[in-house]
Amino acid sequence: MKIHLTSVFVDDQAKAEHFYTEILGFVKKYDVPVGEKDRWLTVVSPDEPDGTELLLEPAGHPAVKPYRDALVNDGIPLAQFAVDDVKAEHQRLRGLGVRFTQEPLEMGPVTTAVFDDTCGNLIQIATKPQ
Amino acid sequence: MADDLFKALADPTRRTILDELTEKSGQTLFEICARLSMKHQLGISRQAVSQHLAVLEAAGLVETRREGRYKFHDLNTAPLRQIAERWLVPDTSGSKENTA
Repeated sequence: MKIHLTSVFVDDQAKAEHFYTEILGFVKKYDVPVGEKDRWLTVVSPDEPDGTELLLEPAGHPAVKPYRDALVNDGIPLAQFAVDDVKAEHQRLRGLGVRFTQEPLEMGPVTTAVFDDTCGNLIQIATKPQ
Repeated sequence: MADDLFKALADPTRRTILDELTEKSGQTLFEICARLSMKHQLGISRQAVSQHLAVLEAAGLVETRREGRYKFHDLNTAPLRQIAERWLVPDTSGSKENTA
């Protein structure tokens, strides 16, 4: 069994496409219309074009809002992405106006930070344990 | 109020939370939990951390601040003055700055 796709709910797919590609630097893999206005929209890391896809899924279901509001209230991230250098990535994203709810924090071998993806989620970035 | 303060300070986990907020004020519940588990190896549930924070908040040592959809916890050391003022005799031999 392999994990080839995971998803985050996003308030607005167009806004999410912009944030996840232009700001975070992922590349779009699939963009297929589904139904009247929704899209099957996935992105991948440019480092791993055949790697795990992230589905930017419409947040239309009524259960999504209370679920995400409760998690965001407590600062809990919904996904984690690996970066080589959390502090450098934090600097880069801050320069692009990204709001962090947790500044880079060194905890033993791992450094993490948490930011708002502007689409309703908090996202954690972390260094890969060596 | 004094009882709340002493009760809040009586627990080692709550003192550790205050240590971490001293290092950086303005933390989400998630960050406080991460610091307790990763830095201090405390196996403690999020619900238990929430309860500790509620005790600290009742004592006035922690204040919560809402910014948009997020909630941050700030340190407020002002109530600790009550302890100093209750027993410590002002040092009259020192300079005026020390008695402030």
